[in-house]
Amino acid sequence: MSIAEIQAYGYFFLTLFMVLVLYGYIYHLYTKKKDADGIDYEKYGNIALDDDIGDAPVLPVSKDKEK
Amino acid sequence: MENRPLEYDYTVAKMFMLTTVLLGIVGMLIGVILAFQLAFPELNLVLGEGLAEYTNFSRLRPLHTDAVIFGFTLSGIFATWYYVGQRVLKVSMAESGLLMFLGKLHFWLYLAVVVAVVVSLFTGVTTSKEYAEFEWPIDIAVVVVWVVFGLSIFGLIGIRREKSLYISVWYYIATFLGIAMLYLFNNMEIPTMLAASPAGETGIGAWYHSVSMYAGTNDALVQWWYGHNAVAFGFTVPIVAMIYYFLPKESGQAIYSYKLSLLSFWGLMFVYLWAGGHHLIYSTVPDWMQTMGSIFSVILILPSWGSAINMLLTMKGEWQQVASSPLIKFMVLGSTFYMFSTLEGPIQAIKSVNAIAHFTDWIVGHVHDGVLGWVGFMIMAALYHMAPRVFKREIYSKSLMATQFWIQTLGVVLYFSSMWISGITQGMMWRAHDEFGNLAYSFIDTVTVLHPYYTIRGVGGLLYLVGFLMFAYNIYKTMSARPVEESELQSASPMGA
Ligand code: HEM
Ligand code: HEM
Repeated sequence: MSIAEIQAYGYFFLTLFMVLVLYGYIYHLYTKKKDADGIDYEKYGNIALDDDIGDAPVLPVSKDKEK
Repeated sequence: MENRPLEYDYTVAKMFMLTTVLLGIVGMLIGVILAFQLAFPELNLVLGEGLAEYTNFSRLRPLHTDAVIFGFTLSGIFATWYYVGQRVLKVSMAESGLLMFLGKLHFWLYLAVVVAVVVSLFTGVTTSKEYAEFEWPIDIAVVVVWVVFGLSIFGLIGIRREKSLYISVWYYIATFLGIAMLYLFNNMEIPTMLAASPAGETGIGAWYHSVSMYAGTNDALVQWWYGHNAVAFGFTVPIVAMIYYFLPKESGQAIYSYKLSLLSFWGLMFVYLWAGGHHLIYSTVPDWMQTMGSIFSVILILPSWGSAINMLLTMKGEWQQVASSPLIKFMVLGSTFYMFSTLEGPIQAIKSVNAIAHFTDWIVGHVHDGVLGWVGFMIMAALYHMAPRVFKREIYSKSLMATQFWIQTLGVVLYFSSMWISGITQGMMWRAHDEFGNLAYSFIDTVTVLHPYYTIRGVGGLLYLVGFLMFAYNIYKTMSARPVEESELQSASPMGA
């Protein structure tokens, strides 16, 4: 195989791999709906709306540190 | 110790707001001068033969691009980071003396670099690489500024209360990492004083001079990998960061789909880096790279529109806000222009289209519907939203803002429509030939034909500048407008008549 062929195969499979990863990610997001912390992704939209310093975080960094 | 409630500290945000406005005025004023110089070449000598060196088009052009990119846009990015960052991480800069110090250091170092850049470009000291004109001493200073910016970002993230990083923060981090990588690689250069010529001379040229480490085709490749991604990480990624925060906040609507925002983010990150080849179509770079550039450019529509559509859907059922609030108008038109330029770009990246578009004013038109309609509108909207909150006063005048909106929109439309016509005319005339293959027109024929369009562009640019001055005045007057209560600042910004 010439270098050009190896490159072509490499390019093709890399693209295929990326497409699979992307669709896998979409599938993951829309079936699980929640992240590892058990929070619905859409809840994170509220971070922008409730952003006063006194507002409760959607997910505090550490529960015991908060009063 | 007094027991005052904790508040966000906007000192550094305010400092960068100031440079956003000032450098915006400088950069756009030079842009207008350039536009009229192209239409009326006598203006190159406006201050007389003696000063022509400082007033001619070629000396001023890099001052325009660098003032609007690294002055106006970058200041806007910094200003919004020092505002949005604290709020979405729910931590105040006042809580950390170190972060406060870094923030101020960031500003003053940045200002020093701006001064150095202005002086060096005015005196004609340049590396001649587009958007990377700074000589090595300035490059080193730029790196220092950038490192301080990084420390600020990650320092704030380190002491946050909100565990999850809001999508805007992702985009700010990507801006930081992206520019860091691009800037370092494209500016690899060797000061000429360290070099030796084949004849054995050493210490060649002035101390500040350098030569790039790349030459020929490699230089072109690295330069446009840089140039293209400077657009990505300077004009797209951080501006998306802004709209993901400011549009939901101002309209009181949470972003339509957070999942879609995650997808668009990774899509943009993967695709953008491969598309730079579209700047080098039909040049001496390998053919497969040009093809790859074209293909990735077309794919780039998807993540770009993913973000833009997410924004428009955020306004679902709330369109009356677009009619009633000039601030929302700026953002909605901004995301519309974003869709527009990210559709136009891929079209220009198709090889057969690029054969007509490259080297013509159509590219300049594309640049400015993106930067004026999207980048400029979004940064002004962000500052309008921030002003009442950092100054605790209502925006001085809503009607002034609405007038500004229409004047600038007209300006943008005149700018890009004239450049489309002149660009396509140019492209067609350059390639027209008779049956024997002789070119049908000489260069001066195109110049004559294009003159009216150049004048229209100048007028469009002037309208945009006038609007920007109205913006500056409105922000200035806001500093002494009616004070507002905390409760008025929840979502829609308070505005005076
Ligand atoms: C999907 C997104 C986009 C694609 C595929 C794209 C594609 C292109 C193409 C093909 C060119 C012309 C290259 C040439 O023939 O010289 C170009 C130039 C340019 N575009 Fe875009 N564009 C996109 C979005 C944007 C946006 C949103 C902005 C700014 C806000 C922008 C700013 C620029 C600039 C500054 C240049 C000129 C670079 C130079 O020659 O100095 N682009 N783009
Ligand atoms: C008042 C509004 C403005 C006017 C009248 C204006 C005018 C111009 C002119 C005449 C050129 C040179 C075109 C040529 O060489 O043929 C130019 C280039 C450029 N301007 Fe502006 N400009 C304005 C605002 C802006 C803003 C706000 C930005 C960015 C945020 C910007 C970014 C650029 C860039 C990136 C280029 C280089 C384009 C290329 O090489 O293809 N401009 N502008």
